[in-house]
Amino acid sequence: MKIRRTKIAVIAAAAALALAGCGDAGDDDGGDGDGGSGGGFSPEVVSDASFDDGTRTAEIADAGTVKIGVKFDQPGIGFKSATSDTPEGFDPNMGKILAAKLGIEPDKIEWVETISDNREPFLQNSTVDFVIASYSITDERRQVVGQAGPYYVTGQQLLVAADDDSINGPDDLSGKKVCSVTGSTSIKTVEEEYGATPAGFDTYSECVEQLQSGSVDAVTTDGAILAGYAAEDPDNLKVVGEPFSEERYGIGYNKDAAGMCEFINETLEGAFEDGEWEAAFDDSLGKGGIDLPETPTPDPCP
Amino acid sequence: MDALTENWDLVLDGFVKTLQLLVGAGALALVIGTLVALFRVSPVPVLRGTGTVYVTIFRNSPLLVLLLITYYGLPQLGINPSFYWKVVLAMGLYTGAFVAESLRSGINGIPLGQAEASRSLGFTFGQTMTQVVLPQSFRNVVPPLASVFIALTKNTSLASSFGVAEATFRMKGLNNDYATERVVIFLGIALGYVIIVEAISFGAAMLERRWRAER
Repeated sequence: MKIRRTKIAVIAAAAALALAGCGDAGDDDGGDGDGGSGGGFSPEVVSDASFDDGTRTAEIADAGTVKIGVKFDQPGIGFKSATSDTPEGFDPNMGKILAAKLGIEPDKIEWVETISDNREPFLQNSTVDFVIASYSITDERRQVVGQAGPYYVTGQQLLVAADDDSINGPDDLSGKKVCSVTGSTSIKTVEEEYGATPAGFDTYSECVEQLQSGSVDAVTTDGAILAGYAAEDPDNLKVVGEPFSEERYGIGYNKDAAGMCEFINETLEGAFEDGEWEAAFDDSLGKGGIDLPETPTPDPCP
Repeated sequence: MDALTENWDLVLDGFVKTLQLLVGAGALALVIGTLVALFRVSPVPVLRGTGTVYVTIFRNSPLLVLLLITYYGLPQLGINPSFYWKVVLAMGLYTGAFVAESLRSGINGIPLGQAEASRSLGFTFGQTMTQVVLPQSFRNVVPPLASVFIALTKNTSLASSFGVAEATFRMKGLNNDYATERVVIFLGIALGYVIIVEAISFGAAMLERRWRAER
């Protein structure tokens, strides 16, 4: 029995090492170009935040803490390196702006990693108060969750090997293996409209690794995300073509939360005007060399 | 229901790919499993040791770890097959260990006297195995083997995150597009897996019935 137990321990240790090895590799990829020094963005916290009784915003403000779902694997948008406690990027910065308007300091925000698959469930179950996770606004999603905004409009582009001249835009994708996150809108678009062979992985960083090893021909998702990866490895990767879709990033909230949409829209409009939105962008995507887009106009609340 | 009816071609294509993975990995697992089982019961200590080491390694590693090694280790060695073959390789090696142990239990279930009798009749070890022991043990292992292949069927869903557009990949895609119909989508895809698994169970029941009559 003793021998067997030792054996199991050895194997478990080996497996743990293997897993740890993989994790490290992924982190190295993301850590550098992200501009690790980030997290410097801190909007002015409203000290006398008060909301009407019975609204969800009042509850959150009273609680003094807010749960925000963001991506942890998208450099520039929402990224958390292994060495950092908090995620950095445009989405977390927008979260800080929202929290500030609720009178909540950035260090009182509880960041929850949210992947594409669990954004709606997290909102419906109130696992988080807001989802700010490169969350494109669609009519279908608005039937189950609330989406306020947009706070950013971007479009799908292609990331290819730097020495690849055969792909210059979506029209060259027919029959090519194109990687994106399983279940994403981007992977559906290239398959259905441009005849690409879809290859789905859990994260964009895995896709980029597959591109670097030559297992796929291109990676596709929103241009802002791709630019972050290209900036990390400019010798081997490049972004090609014009954006061929329009993604309007919105802020997700629970549909039952009263007054939430109005609060988000007011906050966004305020941030557009007083320059905090621009500061949030400059602190994240702007560092990756992406030009400041025009300020979007938030959709009216339902 | 729109999610499934409007996209039935995608769902069907997904299940075709699931079946291709199942057949590829299953065939590899049967070949490897039979070889390893023979190793484990062979009279040669080196082979027995090899078989034991194989089963220890591949039965005890999580399938996900094997997939990660295949995806991130092999390309570094200059070996870079397509995603389909990578998944088939990882799942075939993994499932092979379970097939081997099922077969071994079947072989051990054949009374030793049978092997001794055939050896005394002048059969070689190989002949004893292929002519006398294995045909009988295959009958005994139909139920456990069916379980192994059912597990493999469900394991193929891991490929959805490894570049293969199989059924679970389609499920995730539809979930993203039809946020209001998640339950229907889950049930529809689950039904597809149930049909495959039922087909395996049915095949196993048929084999059991046919081979029982021979006894």
